[in-house]
Amino acid sequence: MNGRSLAETLTITLLALVASLVVFGAFMFLFARVAPSDLFYWMYIGGFGTKFSWQNTLTRAAPLILTALCTALPARLGLIVIGGEGALALGGLAAAGAGLLLQSFPPFGIQVGMAAAAMVAGGLLIGLCGGLRYWRGVNATISSLLLAYIAIYVFNFLVEGPMRDPASLNKPSTYPIPEKAMLGSMFGLDVHWGLAYGVVACVLSWVLMDHTTFGFAARMAGGNLRAAQASGLPVGRLILVTCFLGGAAAGLAGMVEVAAVHRQANASLLAGYGFTGILVSFIARHHPLGIIPAAVLFGGLSASSGMLQRRLHMPDASVQVLMGIMFVMILLSEALYGRFRAFQPREVREAIVA
Amino acid sequence: MSALALVLGFGNFTLGATSATDLGRWGLLLAVVAGAIRVGTPFLFVSLGECITEKSGRVNLGLEGTLVMGAMTGYAISYKTGSPWMGVLAAAGVGALFGALHAVICNLPRVNYIAVGISMMLFGMGLAYYLGKPYIQPSAPQLPALELGFLAGPLSSIEQVRSALRINGLFVVGVVLAPVLAWILKNTRWGLILRLAGESEEAAAAMGYSVPRIRIIATAIGGALAGIGGSYLSLYYPGSWSEQISSGQGLMAVALVIFARWDPVRCLWASLLFGGVGSLGVALQGQNLTTASVAYLWNAAPYVLTLIIMILTCSRLRAMIGAPAELSRVR
Repeated sequence: MNGRSLAETLTITLLALVASLVVFGAFMFLFARVAPSDLFYWMYIGGFGTKFSWQNTLTRAAPLILTALCTALPARLGLIVIGGEGALALGGLAAAGAGLLLQSFPPFGIQVGMAAAAMVAGGLLIGLCGGLRYWRGVNATISSLLLAYIAIYVFNFLVEGPMRDPASLNKPSTYPIPEKAMLGSMFGLDVHWGLAYGVVACVLSWVLMDHTTFGFAARMAGGNLRAAQASGLPVGRLILVTCFLGGAAAGLAGMVEVAAVHRQANASLLAGYGFTGILVSFIARHHPLGIIPAAVLFGGLSASSGMLQRRLHMPDASVQVLMGIMFVMILLSEALYGRFRAFQPREVREAIVA
Repeated sequence: MSALALVLGFGNFTLGATSATDLGRWGLLLAVVAGAIRVGTPFLFVSLGECITEKSGRVNLGLEGTLVMGAMTGYAISYKTGSPWMGVLAAAGVGALFGALHAVICNLPRVNYIAVGISMMLFGMGLAYYLGKPYIQPSAPQLPALELGFLAGPLSSIEQVRSALRINGLFVVGVVLAPVLAWILKNTRWGLILRLAGESEEAAAAMGYSVPRIRIIATAIGGALAGIGGSYLSLYYPGSWSEQISSGQGLMAVALVIFARWDPVRCLWASLLFGGVGSLGVALQGQNLTTASVAYLWNAAPYVLTLIIMILTCSRLRAMIGAPAELSRVR
């Protein structure tokens, strides 16, 4: 991406986000009689105003970065995968299981085992989705959401049945993983190491997709599948590997939630990170590095939800309305690309004038 | 609509309750048949709507959001006005608005319709949860049921048979609507124009029809039917408004239309099949044949069925039989 098109992308994305905030402010003023100044002030305080809110924001951004990769990586191949929530659920479950099996190992060994189990579980789910697309031409969007629902039912079955800790009465959960295996906080901040996992995963994805032959082949297949096949690219392997990696990222998000936050797998894992990750990926235009700021923004929005509930007595779904508006606006803004002359290369500009 | 309400109100008498008879395995069959109708009705409306939309050459993946909005609107309006049928009507109106919005956005250049569908899904759900917050507690008047137990003749003395034949009016509407829609699509001028837009954009444009406008109308009608399907969820079965009201029925309907090969009458049979499979978990639990945790696995059955159907009917080598040609275009 050259400087000019990067500037165009950033400008249009910012325009879309500002427009969504304006629409959201007007909506809340009309429906809830909340003054826009109050609304945006408390949103800022809740998401980015204090050290505590930054910690809250970054803690939420960590799983969002990873689930966004689940949509962003296959998107490079032209597949829109929305099953991140299912991969996260299976990843969390696998991590909890691995944590229990490896109890006698040193902490680092347990963590590696948990991460590996989670990545394999999530990767297999989304990899299956890619396989169905390649072998049978099944629409990846529909199949990934169906697989996510199936995964969530399997999750509920195992958590409430075979893997349930009898001590968890009101909220069925698996047995807790050993205390020593929990992921700690980074640099004295109250933000766990899952954020670092997410950032590293994004950088690795960026290197893979933008600076290797594999990534070049994947983007070529995403541009034109037939042309890629005709030039002898292993399209099936590209689809399977990319989908597996996307699912592995979302599975890792489940491991992070178990190993850094909940200590056990239960319904708290299914907090919608998988679905918000789809949005994050679209806001970032499926660019692995763009995902990091987009996830921080959305982490901040969901962190501000609690503040809006306490200070302005707004329902918890308010932020969901804003996210929905943002998604629609970002897609509407697609129509703006190429409309601003300042972002066009000089030859094109002169051609338009002539 | 009011005439219909009158008929339904008339049918809403109750027979003296008798104790349930032990029917053994027949009880399970009966429960599944009853469930096919009860759980299948929303599938029927959403899939008929999606069928119309897809015939015009566009896929609306946002119907899940429309369904939830329809459920919320139907419940809220029924509570406010005291008339569940007003709720159904309002749900249809909101659904039509959502459908039209989807179509208008999709008509813009360079916009991916799958992404628009997902955004409308999340937007519809967020908006419904927000606007529906005040209606979670109060109970709204429900749609009345038709007591069709007399159809079973002597068997109607058995409570389970009567309960299986206690059928909602909307199901009857849907059963009539399916063949009517098939007839309209096949034989009328409107149906022909719609199918033309779905088969070849250029041909429709060459004949002087505005393809974007046809698609807006078709998607709005599809959204209206999905809204009605949503109102059935909150106004009849399960019969209350909550944030867990829908679990993918809107999206499964898209797969169901593929399975039904874009034929409204086959949509009816497919919806009943999905409804039957979807009610397996509840039916087995009701017969004490399974435990609560294993019932989760049975609840996953409709999704597994959808997936299997998609695996069997899709192919990467040939276009699907009966599919409108515009759907297979790369965009």
